Amino acid sequence: MELKAVANRTRAIKKADILLFSTLRNERVRLPFFLKYYRDLGINHFLIVDNGSDDGSLEYLQDQKDVSVWHSKHSYKRSRFGVDWLNWLQMRYGHDHWTLVVDPDEFFIYPFADTRPLRALTDWLDASSIKSFSAMLLDMYPKGPIGAQPYREGQDPFEIAQWFDSGNYSITRNPKYGNLWIQGGPRARMFFPDKPERAPALNKTPLVKWSRRYAYASSTHMLLPRGLNLVYDEWGGEKASGCLLHAKFLDTFAAKAEEEMSRGQHYANSHEYKAYKAAMNDSPDMWCKWSEKYINWRQLEILGLMSKGNWA
Amino acid sequence: MSVGIVMLCHTALDRAAQVARHWVERDCPVVIHVDQRVCKADFDMLQKALADLPDVRFSGRFACEWGTWGIVAATQGAASILLRDFPGVRHVYLASGSCLPLRPVRELIAYLEERPRTDFIESVTTADVGWTVGGLDVERFTLRFPFSWRKQRRLFDGYVRLQRLIRFKRRVPPGVVPHLGSQWWCLTRQTLSAILEDPERAEIDRYFRRVWIPDESYFQTLVRRYSANVESRSLTLSKFDFQGKPHIFYDDHLQLLRRSDCFVARKIWPNAKKLYRVFMTKEGEGQAAAEPHPGKIDRLFSKAVERRTKGRSGLYMQSRFPNEDWENGKSASPYSVFEGFAELFENFEPWLGKMTGTRVHGHLFSLERVEYSGGETIYNGAMSNSAALRDYNPKSFLANLLWNTRGERQCFQFGPADNQEINWQLGSDPNATISVISGAWAVPLFRSNLNFSEIRQEAARLQRLEQEHLLVLRSPWTKARCRIWNLAEFVENPMEPLQTIVDEISPRALRRLTEAPRMADLKGFGQFLQNLRNQGMQPMLMGDFPVDDNLQQNAARKGRPYLVK
Repeated sequence: MELKAVANRTRAIKKADILLFSTLRNERVRLPFFLKYYRDLGINHFLIVDNGSDDGSLEYLQDQKDVSVWHSKHSYKRSRFGVDWLNWLQMRYGHDHWTLVVDPDEFFIYPFADTRPLRALTDWLDASSIKSFSAMLLDMYPKGPIGAQPYREGQDPFEIAQWFDSGNYSITRNPKYGNLWIQGGPRARMFFPDKPERAPALNKTPLVKWSRRYAYASSTHMLLPRGLNLVYDEWGGEKASGCLLHAKFLDTFAAKAEEEMSRGQHYANSHEYKAYKAAMNDSPDMWCKWSEKYINWRQLEILGLMSKGNWA
Repeated sequence: MSVGIVMLCHTALDRAAQVARHWVERDCPVVIHVDQRVCKADFDMLQKALADLPDVRFSGRFACEWGTWGIVAATQGAASILLRDFPGVRHVYLASGSCLPLRPVRELIAYLEERPRTDFIESVTTADVGWTVGGLDVERFTLRFPFSWRKQRRLFDGYVRLQRLIRFKRRVPPGVVPHLGSQWWCLTRQTLSAILEDPERAEIDRYFRRVWIPDESYFQTLVRRYSANVESRSLTLSKFDFQGKPHIFYDDHLQLLRRSDCFVARKIWPNAKKLYRVFMTKEGEGQAAAEPHPGKIDRLFSKAVERRTKGRSGLYMQSRFPNEDWENGKSASPYSVFEGFAELFENFEPWLGKMTGTRVHGHLFSLERVEYSGGETIYNGAMSNSAALRDYNPKSFLANLLWNTRGERQCFQFGPADNQEINWQLGSDPNATISVISGAWAVPLFRSNLNFSEIRQEAARLQRLEQEHLLVLRSPWTKARCRIWNLAEFVENPMEPLQTIVDEISPRALRRLTEAPRMADLKGFGQFLQNLRNQGMQPMLMGDFPVDDNLQQNAARKGRPYLVK
């Protein structure tokens, strides 16, 4: 096994606990806010794979009472970008739990997130016999050059990255897995205006009532069995859905892109990071006059980026 | 002690205990039924939690699987105990463990004391209900249901189909007229005891034991046999969603619940701490005599059901991606497509914008870039003007534009020189109004400075594309409103069609056009077409242009050609 347990506190997991799974590398500065955000939401236990951090991430996680952390020095790419590691952990510890799989720069938001804890959502999903919940990745960015406002440890990243694209997403159905394929947003607009097919996928299904028979096929974009990908209504109605606010575009991004480029450990030969690096050299401003300033989930619901469905 | 509570519990027993205490302390005795499937430890805990209260009883336990007889049996048992042990009780209120009293208990008592002979129970004949799950209404009473709906759905459905096929029908006992209604009622001692002590009860029970979802029909039906005064509504606020499961109340519903003036609400999320804190502690001074009016909550929930079943027209997103022809509105709002107008008139776009007050774009599907109104490089919703991004998914592009600008009518130019992939999307959209001047694409060629052989080639290409496009617009599947003129007939009399178009976009303007757009100079156009013919290309879409220029000379003038009163 490629994973070595550094701190295994999974015995503390209780029957109905909501679990968060994540894999990361050198995200020390983000961790305090990340953990706080998800603790406040109602996550009971964190299960994290550290892929060879050397910035103190591992040590920091080791000291958290509600975190179990594993260590791997193996190739991120060979483990299919961390999916294999997390699938294994989920099979082992996630069975019969609601599990949320997110990166350290992804912040889950759902209808009524400001007044109802995550448990209210999972209880409702249980009562409605819904097993998987969609949350599209929404890239957030600052006004002005990325990196002009430094991110401080513990800070809410969306004090800096306040803006997003509200209506430029392309959607197609993936006939093989039945999931939707969503691309667009500022990354397509800024980094891939000539190669839109290469723009990263934004469709995600991070919240699943896990069973050991399930698996993520590619990141959290696609699930098996295929029925779990049917998070959208095909007959005109709207199912309930959320968003993953993506705090990627902070001052930490340039360094990250540089590092990931040289490691060459990302999807499709890291072409995404190549495109970023090329564009980053002239320190771009992703903001435009049609950028939307983030207020709350209700705004996202009105804009049609997420939906309450029949949850009222 | 005039109101007694029967409480059916199966989960969140701590909340049930809290509510039971609330009732008892306010002089309402409670009989609790706990689902057989609840484990002993939890049951013991509940009993212990209420041990100090004299007016609490526990009734014999039945397994209450949804849709089965167990719930009725449990209710009968608990109600009998209540009537036996508390002779002062005049009204019996049936509640669940996740019900929450919203108004001071004394208001409920006063309300019922004023109506001592009234039975509050929703009771509707099967012909009049529209809310049953699975389309079973009268068949609930005439078929057999030996399989579990939850666990053996296929067998359940298959057996129903089989019985329909062989026309099986159970005999409904004489004197039983099937009625349905909400499970949560409040009956008088007289009516309830008449039902429970009916000499024929054994026979009636035997029949209802095999009825589907008897908890929504047993008392609702029998009450019609004995009650002199049925008020067909439930005093419990309980709303169901499109799958027939109850909507749940959370802390953020506090104000809505408070203002509803309903006595009891169901179902409350067990962790809705604020709701329990507010309604379990404070005995607010409401309007004691107010009638319940759940209107606002009704609207909230019916909107939720509508969102789930119909959705927002024209929205395509992560959790709404309708199959073709199931969109419930292909696009968000009406829009207009103009083909050939910008080619025939020199200032068509600004003119149309001025006349109609709408947003007029150039060729949105131009191969070079997206020509947004005013030459914008980025548009509403942060849409890029990159042709590559647009062509990657033209359908999403158009849907996005119309969604982002909903509320403001969009107009744009289209033609055979543009990306044709959007053809069917435009043609099949009832929101689209498409006006075509066929053959007008030849005007820019006519006025261009290209070599004639190139012109001829390009003309042949554009003509072929426009012919294909017109085939789409004329197909029987087209739902867009289409108007097609050929160039010659349009040039001959341009004002009438222009007036029609403007009226259609802004019907309230109701004024005659005072200003026409400037038409391109067509002197020599007839000869130009003849030259194409001479070179072997057959221009077919322009209509008849005489070779000499004596057609419509007035139209070819420059400046402001028409002033129409």
